[in-house]
Amino acid sequence: MQLTLWTYEGPPHIGAMRVATAMRGLHYVLHAPQGDTYADLLFTMIERRDARPPVTYTTFQARDLGADTAAIFQNAVSEAYARFQPEAMIVGASCTAELIQDDPGGLARALDLPIPVIPLELPAYQKKENWGASETFYRLVRALAGPKAEPAPRAGRRPLCNILGPTALGFRHRDDLVEIEKLLGALGIDVNVVAPRGASPADLGRLSAADFNVVLYPEIARAAAQHLQKTFGQPLVETVPIGVGATIRFVEEVAALANVDPAPVLAGAPSRLPWYSRSVDSTYLTGKRVFIFGDATHALAIARVAAAELGFKVVGLGTYTREFAREVRAEAALHGIEATITDDYLDVEAAIQAAQAELVLGTQMERHIAKRLGVPCAVISAPIHVQDFPARHSPQMGFEGANVLFDTLVHPLMMGLEEHLLGMFREDAEFHDGAAPSHLTRHGTAPSVPEAPEPAAPVIDTPPQTSAPDDAPAAWEASAEKELKKIPFFVRGKARANTERFARERALSRITVETLYDAKAHFGR
Amino acid sequence: MNAHAPIPTADAGCGVTIRQERGQRAVFCGLTGIVWLHRKIQDAFFLVVGSRTCAHLIQSAAGVMIFAEPRFATAIIDERDLAGLADMNEELDRVTRRLIERRPDIRLLFLVGSCPSEVIKLDLPRAAQRLSQSLSPDVRVLSYSGSGIETTFTQGEDACLAALVPELPRTEAEAVPSLLVVGALADVVEDQFARLFAEMGLEHVDFLPARRAGAMPAVGPNTRILLAQPFLADTARALEARGATRLPAPFPLGAEGTTAWLRAAADAFGVDPRRFAEATAPGLRRAERALGPYRALLGGRRVFFFPDSQLELPLARFLSREMGATLIEVGTPYLHRGHMAPELALLPAGTEVVEGQSLDAQMDRCRAARPDLTVCGLGLANPLEAEGLATKWSIELLFTPIQGYDQAGDLAELFARPLVRRTRLEV
Repeated sequence: MQLTLWTYEGPPHIGAMRVATAMRGLHYVLHAPQGDTYADLLFTMIERRDARPPVTYTTFQARDLGADTAAIFQNAVSEAYARFQPEAMIVGASCTAELIQDDPGGLARALDLPIPVIPLELPAYQKKENWGASETFYRLVRALAGPKAEPAPRAGRRPLCNILGPTALGFRHRDDLVEIEKLLGALGIDVNVVAPRGASPADLGRLSAADFNVVLYPEIARAAAQHLQKTFGQPLVETVPIGVGATIRFVEEVAALANVDPAPVLAGAPSRLPWYSRSVDSTYLTGKRVFIFGDATHALAIARVAAAELGFKVVGLGTYTREFAREVRAEAALHGIEATITDDYLDVEAAIQAAQAELVLGTQMERHIAKRLGVPCAVISAPIHVQDFPARHSPQMGFEGANVLFDTLVHPLMMGLEEHLLGMFREDAEFHDGAAPSHLTRHGTAPSVPEAPEPAAPVIDTPPQTSAPDDAPAAWEASAEKELKKIPFFVRGKARANTERFARERALSRITVETLYDAKAHFGR
Repeated sequence: MNAHAPIPTADAGCGVTIRQERGQRAVFCGLTGIVWLHRKIQDAFFLVVGSRTCAHLIQSAAGVMIFAEPRFATAIIDERDLAGLADMNEELDRVTRRLIERRPDIRLLFLVGSCPSEVIKLDLPRAAQRLSQSLSPDVRVLSYSGSGIETTFTQGEDACLAALVPELPRTEAEAVPSLLVVGALADVVEDQFARLFAEMGLEHVDFLPARRAGAMPAVGPNTRILLAQPFLADTARALEARGATRLPAPFPLGAEGTTAWLRAAADAFGVDPRRFAEATAPGLRRAERALGPYRALLGGRRVFFFPDSQLELPLARFLSREMGATLIEVGTPYLHRGHMAPELALLPAGTEVVEGQSLDAQMDRCRAARPDLTVCGLGLANPLEAEGLATKWSIELLFTPIQGYDQAGDLAELFARPLVRRTRLEV
């Protein structure tokens, strides 16, 4: 048993729902107890979908347990077929139905419906949401993608590819797709099928007509793309085009596969990120300590953007996607750190604190952790809440995605000029520690006055302790305490901790102004 | 979908048609009750023994609350646990001890059963007994089921309170008669009711659940119970088994409902009618004033209720009698004929009450009727809005204080807001 308060991923049948909801003409019959329909509201509320997900639940109750849950399931399948007339169906069990051991695949087969009915085995007590999405998509592709279409001769036609991976409830999948289609169009490549998002079962039947596959989200589409590679010899591009560098690599790889010239697409300055990042205002971003956590796709891609395109120092990198632990560990090693592979948010919180991050890039959970720790934060990966399904166009991928990333990753930090001013005028009324942000000042209230700079002398001038235990904090001299106050408040806590650590390591019993600056020199970055 | 049982058409004897329906149900399970119960009992912790689905459900239902050091969590059963039952009890003990070490402020721990734990027949009552012994006297451990196979949404609270009843102190047969108000109410509402009862001269009034585990009320043959919520069938039965007597009353929603509810208590304790009128007059006056503006908005509106919380009947009664709305269909997940009799008597003749659900069929009826306002869950609300129907999402009615005189206006506003919004939007 695992004690859990928050879970990064839902159970695997949620992954199956994400695939079913992304598609058209597909219906999912889920053998599940009453109550499991809560999952609908992830789609109707968080993603704001305007229709119910194409899912029928058996919603059995205690009085149904016994012989007739199987009959209930068969009934649900027949009624769903009659009502929705789907082109194909997927059937499976949620965690509870897995325990009662009805066989959804066999029961559905016995009904002999005139459409493909694909059974899903999603072990709810071992696997999770992303695995469920990957497995479902793989099963669908396996069942529906054949046979091999006779490819038209390449001469005299434009190259053709499939885009694989975007689902329902995916972080920015809607807008990423727009950017990727735009890039492919500019390269002169046609899109054969996008799947699962927007595809019908019949569309999956046309997958083999493409020359190659583009895998946007490996944790969802790698298995299916590898199957297509094996079965139809379709090569795949798996470079995730998040960030300028990755987008350039993506364009070059796709162009090579399609035998087209990437130069026109890469010409000029397709993204504003490189210039923005070189402009002097961004200098203060240099070496900012950043902690990155999310699904593997986004954590890996954002780590590269943070280090190579914004000049941050990556002090923490991790994922909850255990399937990709090896790749995340390798990337972390490049930054000289150890990866945080966990699905326990308390571990993540401890890692963020240990890393002394100045910026956290993560999921909805890291947003809350950062808020509690008083550290700036931006969201770069699912799980996400409703505000991260924005109305405006906000891709992560491609050159426009890079623009969005620059804004998203930099805005939580103070802009350079603002930070500089804060440092210079820290004793001024507008900038003292207790001042509320100017836009929040209420009318009619007098501006709060900074405290008198002289503290009411707390117990500081104690005589040096001769028999202090090793871990007792050294005492601050009044002058050192006063000097500490001159350090901008947003780094003061760190300065205090560093100085105390410095004093402890050297067994100093008192902290003087000298100690403060010695520590600063010692820990300075 | 469940096989359709032959549907008996019953008549409650007051012109209300009650029909039963079976099929796909779009409802929450009882685990959801934890989200408001843990806020009410301030030193209790709710440990769900279930699957990742259970954890995911609570997380989805609790929204941002999950990070305010909430007092609930899930012990997720994994494959190793399913291998053997004995091992699982040890695992549960280990998880519980770890939890109590981390939260030494906890005095009452509920082990909450889920569908997976019920299906594999994990004996949570026995586990609770065992843990209670080892953690005594600091922590008491109780268990109840919030599983979807046994409970729908608010029935989770019923199961929780029913689990508390055998633990309540006993009052002697010769004790002074006391009033016990049953059902978790917002603190502000509870305080208002306590003041009203005091003004009527009732001296012994308790609330179940109490705000702290150590302060739960006593019960005995001289206890009169007044249900503040309509979904407390098992709790009432357990209290009656301990000798308490239930006072039949409509539920305290709207001015009329609140007055009738208070009067049931006043009559039982022989409060002088004049004193009752004096105590209730200011509240009644304020409620009338607050409700006035909403009558024009809600009067004549055709309302359709999907089943959700069992609050549907009292809400429908409030909307029709006090606001002048017309009821198309009133769905309820479960209908307790005894507890609901005073409500049924107040519903207008011809009201269609449907107990249970067959989702697709009910949605077809709703679309065909094109109501002015549809009360439904969050899974249905946006899809129905997209079809051009105004909706009021029902969960809010559980999280918002709506009972009593001073919340009557707020209650009407909850229904009026979606309608007002539609008149404002020009795009």
